[in-house]
Amino acid sequence: MRNPLTWLRRNVVVIAGLGTLAYMILPNVVVTVFSFNNPTGRFNYAWQEFSLDAWKDPCGVADMCGSLSLSLQIALWSTLVATALGTAIAFALVRYRFRARGAVNSLIFLPMAMPEIVMAASLLALFLNMGIQLGFWTILIAHIMFCLSFVVAAVKARVLSMDPRLEEAARDLYAGPVQTFVRVTLPIAAPGIAAGALLSFALSFDDFIITNFNSGNTVTFPMFVWGSAQRGTPVQINVIGTAMFVIAVLVVLAGQMVGNRRKKAQPK
Amino acid sequence: MTDKTAGGDVRLSGISKHYGTFTAVHPLDLTIPQGSFFALLGASGCGKTTTLRMIAGLEEPSTGTVHLGDREVTDLQPYKRPVNTVFQSYALFPHLSIFENVAFGLRRRGIKSVKKQVDDMLELVQLGQFAQRKPHQLSGGQQQRVAVARALINHPQVLLLDEPLGALDLKLRRQMQLELKRIQTEVGITFVHVTHDQEEAMTMADTVAVMNGGRVEQLGAPAELYENPGTTFVANFLGTSNLIEATVETAGTGAAAGSGSEIVVSASGAVLRLPASRCATTPRTGGKLLVGVRPEKISLVHADEEDTIATGRNKITGRIADSSFIGVSTQYVIDSQVCPELEVYAQNIERDSRLVPGAEVILHWNPEHTFGLDAAQSMLAGTMGDAGIETVEESA
Repeated sequence: MRNPLTWLRRNVVVIAGLGTLAYMILPNVVVTVFSFNNPTGRFNYAWQEFSLDAWKDPCGVADMCGSLSLSLQIALWSTLVATALGTAIAFALVRYRFRARGAVNSLIFLPMAMPEIVMAASLLALFLNMGIQLGFWTILIAHIMFCLSFVVAAVKARVLSMDPRLEEAARDLYAGPVQTFVRVTLPIAAPGIAAGALLSFALSFDDFIITNFNSGNTVTFPMFVWGSAQRGTPVQINVIGTAMFVIAVLVVLAGQMVGNRRKKAQPK
Repeated sequence: MTDKTAGGDVRLSGISKHYGTFTAVHPLDLTIPQGSFFALLGASGCGKTTTLRMIAGLEEPSTGTVHLGDREVTDLQPYKRPVNTVFQSYALFPHLSIFENVAFGLRRRGIKSVKKQVDDMLELVQLGQFAQRKPHQLSGGQQQRVAVARALINHPQVLLLDEPLGALDLKLRRQMQLELKRIQTEVGITFVHVTHDQEEAMTMADTVAVMNGGRVEQLGAPAELYENPGTTFVANFLGTSNLIEATVETAGTGAAAGSGSEIVVSASGAVLRLPASRCATTPRTGGKLLVGVRPEKISLVHADEEDTIATGRNKITGRIADSSFIGVSTQYVIDSQVCPELEVYAQNIERDSRLVPGAEVILHWNPEHTFGLDAAQSMLAGTMGDAGIETVEESA
């Protein structure tokens, strides 16, 4: 470290990396820090003093935990349905030559490309014209629709890279069509399906624009946060945000630990 | 290991495969006897893999039937055929351990206690200690042995091998050739082996079918194919052949000619003889004939020593254009009026220092070692440039 310029040159990648990380994590840090705040007014925007009050009573704000539970239910159901449908579509697109294959192939990605606000407004027009009561079901239908394309994209990539000989080998080794799918195809496609499901859950859970248009009187968690921000921000919102962040990080860490253990099991 | 009394003959009758307007395999009749090691040899896209896949049931024939012994299996799904395949690049299940890969076939047939059989099979291929590993943790040669074990444990009537050694390096390939041959002798199952490597086919197989353009060009024992090729494709694809275009002087057939009769031909002044029995076509006096001789059958002497050559041998004069020393032998390329670029392989027993590029030489060989082919075919069929011999076989 005699020459500071040499040192800088050697570590420029590390510095840039840490800088990027800080840029990404800073908002989360602020959220976490302010979850321990004890604001004097209705707004949690200025630091006053350390307090565990909000953590001790996360559901202390009226209607918040109800909206949270609703968001979790919608996220779970839309993940389940979108994953099942999307996986089926991805297999069909890769494996079979059917008439509208080209059209489906490009149209399936339309929800990804279309501005969310346009989709939200058109969906509302559709629901109103069909005379459907806005609420849980319209939100669910909308969420499944935009989650689908992400699941298809994730699973398709995995199925495309799969050696078709593996399934032939299974058929050659006395596995019928069902056995081949359950024992070979599905396990190999699993990482793609899992990635699609996780994406679906995250997208559905924090969706605001489409939900806001199509929810009627139903209030999901993102809508609750938006609504309360007009009148004041309870600290409990930060508590829920921090908890979600911690859970997500733990899930990622657990995934990596499993991966590392697998790598260690292999010799060399 | 297997019930050898069960009829394991593979019979293909009039089997063919079309993809749209493209014909991958022309109607083909083939009988592969029980217990034999049979090789389908050909360049990329010749239809050999398609033929194999039709036996496995992975490809539906456009016409014709497949019989295993007395049983017709043409319309049987692959998982109902008593046939197993060792796939190109092995196709081991990446999410299962070696043990579960090998046990896969047994479990699918509802066999409960598989441990003993799998352990025995892994011992046979010397992979006992690797049972709990995943396929990607093994080397190419080990994966190859797992693929063989996974197929053999089911005691198939026929084992199909689709370019099983293509991904291995040369030394390992030689080792695995001997290993596979040993296993085949031990278990006595019919092996059908698809390869583009002519040396591999000749080393391992009892019978070789040389395929070209969706047809079987010639079928026979390796030595028979090598010594008596029936077409220029076989002559060039199996080893190297010197082919000389010649005019027939004496046809040597007919009632007067005995079995030992000779055909006499001339090419640019040189008079050559060959046994009528080694001519794949019926020669006509005054007609054209392709005369072939293998490079290792030819002896080479300096032009000054012409008198040392025994009488009755076929002789050609020429000039050495190139020579390359490759250890056990020296390979010469000779330019001659009779034929440009004749190849001669000479064993390095006693080397004549005068045999260098530019030297005038005489090539001579025993007329018995000459074969005749129909002149109405391309002399270049089956050579590198013509057939585009590649290491990668397309599956379709």
